[in-house]
Amino acid sequence: MSAENARRVLLSEWTKIRSVRSTLWTLVTAIVVTVALGMLISGLIGHNFDDLSPHERMTFDPTFISFAGTSLGQLALIAFGILVVSNEYSTGMIRASLTAVPVRGVLMAAKLAVAAALALVVGMVTSFLAFFLGQSVLGEHSTDIGQPGVLRAVFGGGLYMGLIALFAMGAAWTLRSPMLSFGILIPFFFLISGILANVPATEKVGHYLPDQAGSRVMRVMDDGEQPYGPWAGLLIMTIWVVGALLAGYAVLRKRDA
Amino acid sequence: MIELAGLTKRYGRTTAVQDLTFSVRPGVVTGFLGPNGSGKSTTMRMILGLDHPSAGQVRIDGRRYHQLADPLTHIGALLEAKAVHPGRTAYHHLLCLAQSNDIPLRRIDDVLDLVGLAGVAKKRPKGFSLGMGQRLGIASALLGDPRILMFDEPVNGLDPEGIQWIRNLMKRLAAEGRTVFVSSHLMSEMALTADHLIVIGQGRLLADTSMARFIEENARTFVRVRSPDHERLRAALERAGGRPRQCPDGSLEIEDLPAARVGELAAENDVVLHELSHQQASLEEAFMRLTHESVEYHARAGR
Repeated sequence: MSAENARRVLLSEWTKIRSVRSTLWTLVTAIVVTVALGMLISGLIGHNFDDLSPHERMTFDPTFISFAGTSLGQLALIAFGILVVSNEYSTGMIRASLTAVPVRGVLMAAKLAVAAALALVVGMVTSFLAFFLGQSVLGEHSTDIGQPGVLRAVFGGGLYMGLIALFAMGAAWTLRSPMLSFGILIPFFFLISGILANVPATEKVGHYLPDQAGSRVMRVMDDGEQPYGPWAGLLIMTIWVVGALLAGYAVLRKRDA
Repeated sequence: MIELAGLTKRYGRTTAVQDLTFSVRPGVVTGFLGPNGSGKSTTMRMILGLDHPSAGQVRIDGRRYHQLADPLTHIGALLEAKAVHPGRTAYHHLLCLAQSNDIPLRRIDDVLDLVGLAGVAKKRPKGFSLGMGQRLGIASALLGDPRILMFDEPVNGLDPEGIQWIRNLMKRLAAEGRTVFVSSHLMSEMALTADHLIVIGQGRLLADTSMARFIEENARTFVRVRSPDHERLRAALERAGGRPRQCPDGSLEIEDLPAARVGELAAENDVVLHELSHQQASLEEAFMRLTHESVEYHARAGR
């Protein structure tokens, strides 16, 4: 495939993404929910800091607190990833797309590149906004971007959001149906993953789930619960993402459209 | 030119398309006829590379679909199932297709004009009527100004005006020297548009013939005559060189005498007539007979 060919397909995918309203709304929701919820929780904790136990005060991580909205806001990015891919199937647009770009790997790569770039930009904007606005309401308990590990956590937060959207895209290529994708991914990331990582019986395995491992990068203070560092955590998440994308590619290649 | 060679599609143990070999030539409208569920849509999806054949292959202008550079400029297709995002405007739908195949953007306005959707270019198709949706699909097919066009059941659900418009469009495209391949489950529809006919039943090729030939072979014309005194009438007809055939309902069918002559013979012989009519066995019947036989054959062969 020539560079010219790649440019055309990327442009076409960009047109597809920007011409559908659901894309815009999921991304706006991701920013608003993550930042607003982060500010709310930062404000509450900052206000009640004196009520925290000595241990909680010792390990207080103002950076991570400002990302408190991520657990909910990430669902909007997952929705974005699901919609970008599975809408092609639910509307039948995939047939038009594949007749225009019949080499399936090319279509998939172009869609992933455009959607992931967009999710990454939105993730970075969200992460930096959540950090600075969160710190502003934390007041005297806040930290600043120059402190050790803080910039890494904020930048990593943006990467995390890009990766979680990419994971959703891989899952949606595999599952095809939007209902199935939403039905599996949303409960999993909203509830199940958190339970698995906190129940003693499943804790050890739970730490290696994509969102649990990936979110380690957003912590500046190591609470000692996770058996890996920030970048190793992000690497574990990346492995999950690659796995989901490979599964999606295998399905796209093998199955009839 | 579309060439199919031994094209086969199996889903588990059922065979949807079996060993189809035929060519679709430029300059004429080729009808692709078969009852519902006979494998027409599956065949068309395999032509476009959307479904993978279990065996055999398709060539479009000598190449496999995925080997075509900018495929929309070689072949354009309207599939039966919708292939449009209802939340993306008609203009943006065509724009993303044009960009991917390096089609000049002025073609978007050209095809929207051609199909009569210029006024709703900025509207989202979720509000479109069935006919408008069909027109947008046709605009997508024509976008790349391809030499080959394929339409799957294009007149389904259209009003008479829309049907007329599509018929004329297909004839015009063929007259421009393009390859036009159109499927239908209605023989009557094909009789009005197609020059060449490919008939399938149960996924098998039943006929690959010109429309004229098919009509000649299958559309029998005859005179039906009914009389209380049909023995005397029969004798009179036979004297005049006719070979009347007795039908179970008591009427006579004559193929070799015109209706006027039959009437005259009756008058000359003072035979009372209760009916004298010109009959034409419909193409629909011929088609039913053809596909019915394939069903019978298939059922027996499968036992």
